[in-house]
Amino acid sequence: MKDKRINKVEVKNLTKKFGDLLVLDNVSFKIKKGEFLCVVGPTGCGKTTFLNLLSCLCEPTSGDLLIDGEPANPKKHNLAFVFQEPSSFPWLNVEQNIQFGLDIKKTRQKDKKERVERIISLMGLEQFRNSYPHQLSVSTEQRQVIGRAFAMDPDLLLMDEPYGQMDIKMRYYLEDEVVRLWKELGTTVVFITHNIEEAVYLAERILILSNKPAKIKEEVLIDLPRPRDVADEKFVKIRKYVTDQIKWW
Amino acid sequence: MNKNKTENTLLKRDKWKYGVIIPVLTVVIFLIIWELMVRVGVIPQRYLPKPSELGNVFIDKLSNPRPEDSTLPSNILSSLQVSLSGFLVAVVLGIPLGWFIGWYKGINRFVRPIFEIIRPIPPIAWIPLTILLLGIGFRAKVFIIFFSAFVPCVINSYTGIKLTNITLINVAKTCGASYFQILTKVGIPSSLPMVFAGIRIALGASWASLVAAEMLAADSGLGFMIMMGRQFTRPDLIVLGMVVIGLIGALFAFILSKLEKKMVRWRSIK
Repeated sequence: MKDKRINKVEVKNLTKKFGDLLVLDNVSFKIKKGEFLCVVGPTGCGKTTFLNLLSCLCEPTSGDLLIDGEPANPKKHNLAFVFQEPSSFPWLNVEQNIQFGLDIKKTRQKDKKERVERIISLMGLEQFRNSYPHQLSVSTEQRQVIGRAFAMDPDLLLMDEPYGQMDIKMRYYLEDEVVRLWKELGTTVVFITHNIEEAVYLAERILILSNKPAKIKEEVLIDLPRPRDVADEKFVKIRKYVTDQIKWW
Repeated sequence: MNKNKTENTLLKRDKWKYGVIIPVLTVVIFLIIWELMVRVGVIPQRYLPKPSELGNVFIDKLSNPRPEDSTLPSNILSSLQVSLSGFLVAVVLGIPLGWFIGWYKGINRFVRPIFEIIRPIPPIAWIPLTILLLGIGFRAKVFIIFFSAFVPCVINSYTGIKLTNITLINVAKTCGASYFQILTKVGIPSSLPMVFAGIRIALGASWASLVAAEMLAADSGLGFMIMMGRQFTRPDLIVLGMVVIGLIGALFAFILSKLEKKMVRWRSIK
């Protein structure tokens, strides 16, 4: 089956050096509009650097990152980032937190209200609307952070092991939440994880990075129907395959 | 429901017990011990008045301008004017200065060295120069108070903004916020708890350096009253001045903590 969606993001020969240390070596790939892409790789291979480059938090040594054919710029494009560590603003309540990015972008008041309401109801956060982060459970807080990211209607949503520190039950639940939101809103997502099962569960396509300096070792397309079953034979086969590719020992 | 209610009354009882009864009790016991010490003669009455006398002096001093030619209310008023003016100027200048030093590297490079040298100079050391520059009037006293309150304001708002969580800054950055927007939307709100701690220290410092400031030949004020008490050998006047300074300082701290709870609400409600 040929993917007919247009290209949203184009990464061309992206290279990053810290002094003499080559972290990212000439990486090129494309992301389709509305695609769910997972990036896996061995620990310490430069996944976070990779994501920091995509989010323009740091500058590449050479190479380009294009969104809709233009160089990515956080001021012009809507980028959203869900960080590994808790990142809600403790002085804002849930509603204000979700609204944060829209405030920065100076979205019109009416649109702002509409979008915040939509996200709140999609995420089932109505009863927490006026709560502050320290009053929420970890999973509710993370749901609100994810909601904040989706609320920006991002051109590109970057997620850096957002469930790294959660227990299995919570992770399953939040993985389904993210898939639901992604389907509903058609956002382009890049999801970084070291958990291969998570990657196979979520992604349409997986990019496997090699050991440092990171290159794209392989691309794996996953066309399993959703909701996916982690015990399904095909699922297990793909998972094993990806695991073998990632082994560096 | 019923259980909740009993819990509530328990809480109320605790509040009454720990918030009112015990503090009052400790103060009363302290006063009794003081009274006994003086009555028994451990401390001669010439040097320290009995607390029971203090009440009389207080009432008398409300309307009696002698010996220092100023009644207690006008002393309090004049002291409040001086210390609050100095304190407010320090807050208004010091806190934004701390924010800017902490946020902008350029400002940090230029201002920080000067600030680091000025910082250790005790407020009292400014007195002689102040007299030469500003004389001994209202402005001179405000200036002394200002210096004692300015330093904690700057340091705390500087530290507070330096402690801003880098992840939160990155969230704003990826949203496309400018450096100034990140300052106002992330840096300043996250520094507020520290800023309030600084304001509290500054208020204490400005009230505490009052006596020093009023050594500059004042003609009224609580510090002035204490100084005059020494000259006229009136220990009762000295102690009255000290007690009033203490009470007003405590009152300030109380009002400020209430205000802080309101302003930094996201931290206090559980």
